[in-house]
Amino acid sequence: MLLDDGRRVPDLPLDPEEIGRCRELAAAVTDPVLAFVERHTTVSIERTVLRLLGMNGAGPGGVPLANLAVDELARRGLLGRGAAWWFGLALREGAAAPADVAARIASLPERAPKVEPSADREIRALVAEETRAAVAELRDRVARRDGLRRELGVGPRPHRYLIVATGNIHDDVAQARAAAQAGADVIAVIRSTAQSLLDYVPEGATTEGFGGTYATQENFRIMRAALDDESRRLGRYLQLTNYSSGLCMPEIAYLAAVERLDMLLNDAMYGILFRDINMRRTLCDQHFSRRICALAGIVINTGEDNYITTADADEAAHTVIASQFVNEAFAHRAGLPDRLVGLGHAFEIDPAREDTIARELAQALLVRTLFPAAPIKYMPPTKHKGGDIFFAHAYDVMADVIGAVTGQGIQLLGMMTEAMHNPLLMDRFVALRAADYVGRAWRSMGGELELRRGGLVEARAAATLHRARLLLEEVAREGLFAAIGKARFGDVARQETGGKGLAGVVERDPDHFNPLLDLLEAR
Amino acid sequence: MSRAPSEAGVVRPYGDRRDDGAVQLSFVLPLEAGARAREAATAIARQLGLEQVHVAAMERAAEGFTFFVVYARTAAAVDLGALEVPEVTLEHRGFDELNAHALRAVGRRIVVLGACTGADAHAVGIDAIMNMKGFAGDPGLERYPCLDARNLGAQVENVDLARACGAAGADAVLVSQVVTQRDVHRRNARDLVEQLERLGLRGRVIAILGGPRIDHRLALELGYDAGFGPGTRPSDVAAYVVAEVIRRRGTGPGP
Repeated sequence: MLLDDGRRVPDLPLDPEEIGRCRELAAAVTDPVLAFVERHTTVSIERTVLRLLGMNGAGPGGVPLANLAVDELARRGLLGRGAAWWFGLALREGAAAPADVAARIASLPERAPKVEPSADREIRALVAEETRAAVAELRDRVARRDGLRRELGVGPRPHRYLIVATGNIHDDVAQARAAAQAGADVIAVIRSTAQSLLDYVPEGATTEGFGGTYATQENFRIMRAALDDESRRLGRYLQLTNYSSGLCMPEIAYLAAVERLDMLLNDAMYGILFRDINMRRTLCDQHFSRRICALAGIVINTGEDNYITTADADEAAHTVIASQFVNEAFAHRAGLPDRLVGLGHAFEIDPAREDTIARELAQALLVRTLFPAAPIKYMPPTKHKGGDIFFAHAYDVMADVIGAVTGQGIQLLGMMTEAMHNPLLMDRFVALRAADYVGRAWRSMGGELELRRGGLVEARAAATLHRARLLLEEVAREGLFAAIGKARFGDVARQETGGKGLAGVVERDPDHFNPLLDLLEAR
Repeated sequence: MSRAPSEAGVVRPYGDRRDDGAVQLSFVLPLEAGARAREAATAIARQLGLEQVHVAAMERAAEGFTFFVVYARTAAAVDLGALEVPEVTLEHRGFDELNAHALRAVGRRIVVLGACTGADAHAVGIDAIMNMKGFAGDPGLERYPCLDARNLGAQVENVDLARACGAAGADAVLVSQVVTQRDVHRRNARDLVEQLERLGLRGRVIAILGGPRIDHRLALELGYDAGFGPGTRPSDVAAYVVAEVIRRRGTGPGP
């Protein structure tokens, strides 16, 4: 098969009817969820709208103004009309600065004040105009990013994705520059552990984090500025990614768009399964955040690799494929074209078994073949790594080879010290050196190899696809909420009304007003 | 290098001959590669007490950073008899035998709670030990008929876990700590012990700590009864829990 970027991968014959059926089923899974999404909003979506309208920064006690305002509205039961409407009311009554708007919202009466229809129309027109201007400004920033990217060009695929995670954004910058000089194409700043459970986005530059660095607008800005500088020095555009996941998916997507990030981790189900975030909340938030990614040309990275770090990678291979069809359907429904849908998977089969390469190759090629226009993101082994760095290094090289032969789009490089600590400078260097060698050495081999008809690889891929279809049949029949309740994905069961953040899901009033969503949906 | 056989109980690193003291190490210096950097790397190795230092590789890792691979010899030797090694001693039985033994000796299922506590979101370790499926073909604690094992998952607050121990009448609690940056695991692990003490449960509950950077010595230091590090199988934990419960009831031999 010839890929868009000119690479060739071995042909994998698959049953087109089975593939078509999987896509129909994925649509059947997502339709009822989207119907729910369209009747609701969330505190994080509403905060995003306020931020777009200029309500950035923090108030007393470091609480972001957007949180202050939205919490006040939610407490009074006024959020169903949309925070933008109340923002407009405050503007109309003379509020000048964002802090002033937040203060006026905080002093609203407990019951919604009556407004004349003409005033209502004025409020909506005023805020719609503000929104259009803010979105135009956002597009300008995105265009600047795309301009630099076009000017300098990006490295060949797969793009080598490296992680920095010192906890201090300034140290992260030094590590990111070093990684870029050694060949990294994408820098991911891992977040401080548990940030996904914060129902606000912290403010400012941060120098203390655990297992990572807080995602803040200022940290995004600092890293993007450093990468712009390094991109120019190296003559190669360096991409930046972070996490639009957890309780602030839409806000992070917006702040990332403002600060010109290139990619975001963003999965429709990850937060539900692995962070116990309420499923209604996540499914609403993922839709809105993906609409922002579509506007800003941000490549999303989905998290199917996580299923096979909990469940057995060999037995659960089909859950990855089924979830990718679902993630793809959600992404398309949010307006993301294939080129922005970085579906995720991983090289995670237990290396103590025999013939794992045939099955890894089958899986990687299956994903590549099913989603030919998507920049597939390939994750390295993590689960079966111990402290033996020499074995781990050899193991990572195998994943690099599979990534090269099967034409993956984005390759996260494994760290030989995976099981020990956050990557050190030398860990990245060693990984990049091996990946560089593999990329060069295997350059054309994907187009040279032909799979034996009916052999191990072909049979395994067909069987996995078939099992994915059976799982999708089941999920479509039961509904996504119920299927997650039965641990169909990642061996984790969650209930529709359980988990964190459910209180932040609010039914839209009939006169709900979200001018950003109106613009995003009109695209 | 001495060719004489080493004294009984004294060990030294081994390359290809007994007591040759061969070691390998790698590190980065914040320097550009060059003769000076090579000399600096050699000097660092000498300061570590290494002899016959051979800088095998010097590679530019980034602007102003150089990666070194060094081989050398060390004269360091350790007298095994003088070492104190806290170790969890385990008597392994087969799956069925352990279950039958435990149910006979205890007369009920042993209640085990497991969680990844505090801010730690990495449930991989606790899942591998607790979940039905287990790890590398070794079934998890949930599979043992003699155990009532409940995995509370990740990011469980210590205070909630301590309360859950009380409510469930837990015999043992398993705590996994993966994130160790700036010693957050130590503070967090100690905090659970304090919470158990506050509720008057510490004496009743066997507290077990696990994780990639945990060992038995550290666990004891932090107030736990046992610690399990990398490579631990669910059957190791099951064997320990069963033996310790029986020992505490005074109805069987110690672990």
